[in-house]
Amino acid sequence: MRLTPTDWRNLALSGMALAFAACLPWLFGSYALSIGVTIAMYTVLATSWALFSGPTHYISLATAAFFGVGTYVTGIGIEHLPYWTLLPIAGVIGAVLAALVGLATLRLSGVYFVIFTLGLAEFIRQVITWAQNVSGTKGIYVLTSITEAHIYWQLLGLAALVYLLGWAIGRSRLGFALRIIGDDEQVARHSGIHTARAKILLFLVPGSVAAITGAILAPRYVYIEPSLAFAPMLSFQVVIMALLGGTGRLWGPLVGVIPFTFLWEGVSITVPNQTTLLLGLSFLVIVYLLPKGFVGLFGTIRRRMGSEGLV
Amino acid sequence: MSATLSLRGVTKRFGGLVAVNAMDFDVMEHEVLGLIGPNGSGKSTTLNLISGALPVTSGAIALRGSPITQLPAQDIARRGIARTFQLVRLLPSMNVLENVMAGAVFGHRQRWGYEAEAVAQTMLEKVGLSGRGHMAVGQLTYIDTKRVELARVLAGEPRVVLLDEWLAGLNPTEMEVGVALIRALRDEGRTIILVEHVMDAIRSLCDRCVVMAAGAKIAEGTPADVLADPEVIRAYLGDDDA
Repeated sequence: MRLTPTDWRNLALSGMALAFAACLPWLFGSYALSIGVTIAMYTVLATSWALFSGPTHYISLATAAFFGVGTYVTGIGIEHLPYWTLLPIAGVIGAVLAALVGLATLRLSGVYFVIFTLGLAEFIRQVITWAQNVSGTKGIYVLTSITEAHIYWQLLGLAALVYLLGWAIGRSRLGFALRIIGDDEQVARHSGIHTARAKILLFLVPGSVAAITGAILAPRYVYIEPSLAFAPMLSFQVVIMALLGGTGRLWGPLVGVIPFTFLWEGVSITVPNQTTLLLGLSFLVIVYLLPKGFVGLFGTIRRRMGSEGLV
Repeated sequence: MSATLSLRGVTKRFGGLVAVNAMDFDVMEHEVLGLIGPNGSGKSTTLNLISGALPVTSGAIALRGSPITQLPAQDIARRGIARTFQLVRLLPSMNVLENVMAGAVFGHRQRWGYEAEAVAQTMLEKVGLSGRGHMAVGQLTYIDTKRVELARVLAGEPRVVLLDEWLAGLNPTEMEVGVALIRALRDEGRTIILVEHVMDAIRSLCDRCVVMAAGAKIAEGTPADVLADPEVIRAYLGDDDA
């Protein structure tokens, strides 16, 4: 299908926003840059998460698993391979892992999938811990000349890729199939859609993207160990941010990531032990007040104003 | 003439209950076959077995000679068997046109882009909904939701159309419209299996009927013949009236 003028306008606006975001390291200080890295990281994770979970309504808690695998790809690989090869390798490993998880669980109902994905991160963490105990090593040092700004730019590039991919999927047969599956899986099957195949294909996206994100961020941690790389908190943060923003639109998760990152940062500084409380409260807010996230809220406001003749 | 769709000894067991017992029948090309019988006789289950919604326990189903017995629903749909549902199933987040496009994009004949949209528009015209493509499915009247579902089924250009009590729940005026619509499909030469309770519709629409009772076939023939069959009358009304 050809691009409409609206598509061109949206592409131009996104390009300008990206260019502006890319200037952040020169415009502001190092604290702003570290917040920028956090926002870029969660934007990538939450947007790719929503690409899968938005249409299918499957809540994946596997982000930490893929992310951790990615950090270990860099941690182990940096000694032996040039850095630029590590990101695609992480992406492929993430995709293969996602395909295995998908084949094993996506034919089952949603609940099994949630539990399995939560267990997956813990499982891989335990395996690596066990391997370290056997081999006698502790953590891994990732010493590179990669700066915070480099990490930030890589994440921005990855975010641009994720948005382009999400946009392309939305216009494709796969995207249409997923909307049908999200509405009524039985209709989807009887219309000729391979529902399991479509879901597995789509699950490769968050799997691969989260692994690449982990690979990009490994140099920032300097020292990686299983409890850091596979922290289950990451999976929950991504879910909360994506749902807070709303999964109905491609830009939805971004609207959740930005305020949540600042809130998280504020709570971490003032009352550092209450971050879990923040996570719980945010979850309550989403369930009771914002079931469709900020995206849904904007839609409601727009409709109200429209019906009163204001727009 | 070889059969478009044939069932041989098709059986479905739910634990100890035999819902469909050794069903044998053929559907010829361009034929409208009525599948009738009292409530609970296994008509809808038979339709679910043909469309792949339920796995067959034993027996064989073939479409134009090639077996489809153990295929999943999506493969059966792609081979060209499309169905409506007893309780209408539309896609609530999409408008009328997109609902119909679902059939055009993934059905037996697959299209994409403007071509799929054009097919969907044509189908909407055919079922009498031209110009309503932009409407939300929540705004539709009951018969219109049935029309949308029928348009979605037709949009994939299936070889066989399965209609599961498509006329049920319509008021007398809507019934006339509905019967006229199915007659139009019949006149186009479509192959249709009709599960139906409305006797007038069966008489005027079906070339042939298969009558089921308690999961088994008890009669087969023209509507007039089977409806006069004492065994069929007994199945519907009980022994005293036969």
